[in-house]
Amino acid sequence: MDIAALTFLALGLPFVAALVAPVLTRFLGHNAAWLLALAPVAIFLHFLRFVPEIANGEIVTGGYAWIPSFNVSFSWLIDGLSLTFALLISGIGALIVLYSGGYLKGHPHQGRFLSFILMFMGSMQGLVLSDSFLMLFVFWELTSITSFLLIGFDHGREAARRAALQALVVTGGGGLLLLAGLLILWNVSGITQFSLLLSFGAELKESPFYLAVLLLVLGGAFTKSAQFPFHFWLPNAMEAPTPVSAYLHSATMVKAGVYLLMRLNPVLGGTPEWQILLPLFGVATLVSGAALAVRQTDLKLMLAYTTMASLGLLVLLTGLGSPHAIEAAALYLVAHALFKGALFMVAGIIDHETGSRDLTKLGGLRSAMPLTFAIALAAALSMGGLPPFFGFLAKEEIYEALSSFDRRSMVFAALAVLGNALMFAVAFAIALKPFLGSKVETPRHAHEAPVLLWLGPAILALKGLSIALMSGLAHRLISSPMSSAIAGEPRTVTISLEPHIGVPLLLSAITLLVGVAFYLNLDRLRAATAVILADIGWGPDRGFDQFIRGLLRLAVAITHRLQSGKLDVYMTVVFVLIAVVLLATPVHFGELPRAPFFAADVPTHELAIMAIAVAGLLAVVLAADRLTAIVSLGIQGFAVAVIFLLYGAPDLSFTQFMIETLSVVVLALVMTRLQLSPSDRRPLHQKVLDSMIALACGFGFGLFLLRATGTPFDATLTDFYNLYSKSIAHGANVVNVIIVDFRGTDTLGEIAVVMITGLAILSLVRLRAGSLKRGADVRKDVEERA
Amino acid sequence: MKSVIFRTVAPFLTSLMTLFSIFVLLRGHNEPGGGFIGGLIAVSALAIYGIAHGVETVRHAIYFHPMAIAGAGLFAATVAGLISLFAQVPFMTGLWIYPSLFGVEVPLSTVMLFDTGVYLVVVGSISSVALSLEERGGE
Repeated sequence: MDIAALTFLALGLPFVAALVAPVLTRFLGHNAAWLLALAPVAIFLHFLRFVPEIANGEIVTGGYAWIPSFNVSFSWLIDGLSLTFALLISGIGALIVLYSGGYLKGHPHQGRFLSFILMFMGSMQGLVLSDSFLMLFVFWELTSITSFLLIGFDHGREAARRAALQALVVTGGGGLLLLAGLLILWNVSGITQFSLLLSFGAELKESPFYLAVLLLVLGGAFTKSAQFPFHFWLPNAMEAPTPVSAYLHSATMVKAGVYLLMRLNPVLGGTPEWQILLPLFGVATLVSGAALAVRQTDLKLMLAYTTMASLGLLVLLTGLGSPHAIEAAALYLVAHALFKGALFMVAGIIDHETGSRDLTKLGGLRSAMPLTFAIALAAALSMGGLPPFFGFLAKEEIYEALSSFDRRSMVFAALAVLGNALMFAVAFAIALKPFLGSKVETPRHAHEAPVLLWLGPAILALKGLSIALMSGLAHRLISSPMSSAIAGEPRTVTISLEPHIGVPLLLSAITLLVGVAFYLNLDRLRAATAVILADIGWGPDRGFDQFIRGLLRLAVAITHRLQSGKLDVYMTVVFVLIAVVLLATPVHFGELPRAPFFAADVPTHELAIMAIAVAGLLAVVLAADRLTAIVSLGIQGFAVAVIFLLYGAPDLSFTQFMIETLSVVVLALVMTRLQLSPSDRRPLHQKVLDSMIALACGFGFGLFLLRATGTPFDATLTDFYNLYSKSIAHGANVVNVIIVDFRGTDTLGEIAVVMITGLAILSLVRLRAGSLKRGADVRKDVEERA
Repeated sequence: MKSVIFRTVAPFLTSLMTLFSIFVLLRGHNEPGGGFIGGLIAVSALAIYGIAHGVETVRHAIYFHPMAIAGAGLFAATVAGLISLFAQVPFMTGLWIYPSLFGVEVPLSTVMLFDTGVYLVVVGSISSVALSLEERGGE
């Protein structure tokens, strides 16, 4: 098979695995994870084959036409940036699948969970590899939806449901902004693919639509990557089981926004707007995230807020756009995915084995869980930016980027040192506090985690060490191609563990000192931030609730205004509108029919039938009770059917007979069921008004028919059907052949409508008095909540 | 309904009408008729039976839930359209075969299957509405 077909297969494989996951789990239990992890491993190996090619500075694209008429394709773009992401997603994905196997062992819905995780993996992979805008958007929203499913996995709990909905509203709404931005981009440039956009050049930055595109894209990226003030969904998303937090909410999905910014950096970046907006939001997110992390005692929440801070750091670096900043962003992104994924899984292990993840209720676990302790320590060393770990390299590069001596850089450097020092303190609080000190009683008796649980974080932690030790190779294969892709021009990353005295090392030392000071005073710091936050009292999280409440209230108010719930009001509106359309349109366009003439020699039997029809109508109007009126309506219908028959339309007439019969039966049944008063009790003025509307409608339809039949008849279609009905469709009954053959697809749609209407009526009929009351209760409930 | 004559006649009438509806369905391709009209006749037949003997009897007699019948019809119609894809011709192209049964050539076609689908959808949807309206329970 050629490489394009294999890549296509790799994009689809996670979804196939998601399909079989529930079945496999039913038969194999938690051991199905070993089998399911083969899918991401295969994908990882597939993308590994691209590494040498990409390292030589090449770009691989491929794909298939999707909607050729709109120039939309299913196509992928593999360069240093997307390849790094693809390797992270499939590599960490394999470990997460294994970890989920151990973490949710014996859970009744483990299969469903694995299925969701694999679906997410496929969506995320599609997102980063997409070349066409539309494909990126589709996968972008798919990650939001799968994230919704995963956060709300434990759907019995109110908090999980709320968090899931919140994440969906924020990230899904951001996705719509992104779609608008991409559409404008498409309109301005006429290009639908990133690979072509990159060669589009500076033209876009001078376009009057530049700012609109930038703001919309930032709206998508900032919501997805939890930038302040859209960050609140991320800590709430910690309601999800820990594998989800490790995978979606630290290593991959939240980086989608950063990915988008990096991808568009060559086209949108470098302008004053870009260099003001991104660093501003980035640094605000960094500092507030790090400060909020200190406030928490829940391991997962601490990690969530530091993730937010790290995302802020990445956005800051992407926004600065200098060569060192880009390289630092590339390095830190990979380093963060490794150490944060590992730390989340460690937090999950502690939670799983002790039954608690509250920092203040844990301690002295080092003897019971030595391996977990080692992993946590290795990950924290990387997160704290200490040699010889990968995090150290990333941090050196960050400070290199910030260490020029203009005022702006110094402010950013100072804030970055503050944020990093806080993250340092949090990292070691997580890696040391639960393990050191005296033993604390935990809800479950602590013991070392099984292999399925420790394998993933161990590999990630080791990777953080080995990449730093073999930095030359790692830079050549991963970091340099990735930086080149972000910058849009060739770059070479050189940083290594060798000591190099300079401002960056000084800043690192300051970070270390401040970090240690923070760590030692963590409790005091926590109390202080708690006081500050209590003083502020309001946060975007509460703002979200207020927003949703306001939306509900608005919807209720509009519904009250538009929907009276009275059938006669609806019918009056509909029929008045019909009458206006039928009468006003021909007058406005001067298309009134000529006065009809009456043929002199109408046969007596036709006159008799018309007389019957008129008599039927009179009977309807004069009937004393409703049932008589309904039956009399049938008289008129039958008379019309006979006229059809006389004029040579047996099929039509046949159908008309049946319809008339059935509508009389059904109407009569409805009448008995509605328990209306048998006779019409409308007041006189109402009757006059209604009859005027009815006459206007009837008169309008009469005009319409006269006008339509007044134009000369075009027999082309009739001739066509008469000619070909027998010869190519093997049927003599032209009407039937048209219905089932020539225009069969129409009929298919129509019978679907018939069935849906039937279902709708059925559910209306089934609404009994009791359930109607329940409906009213629901409405009252909504109003009360609003 | 209390009328003895009606109650006695109703089963025969219903059987005859159902038979007639199938006849109308099958001859539809060459003579007036077809799935839609046939379906309407069958619904009238069921309505008559229901009025005479009660909804429960009808539900028992048709065995399947009417909506299931409608669903099967929609499915059959869709399948009839899809079959042509396997013959490498566009969706909904009519395909005909002429097997010989006891020496008589019987023309069969996807179009016929499609029309049967229409028939079932009409029967199922409308009769389910009519039957649920006839039911007086729960009031």
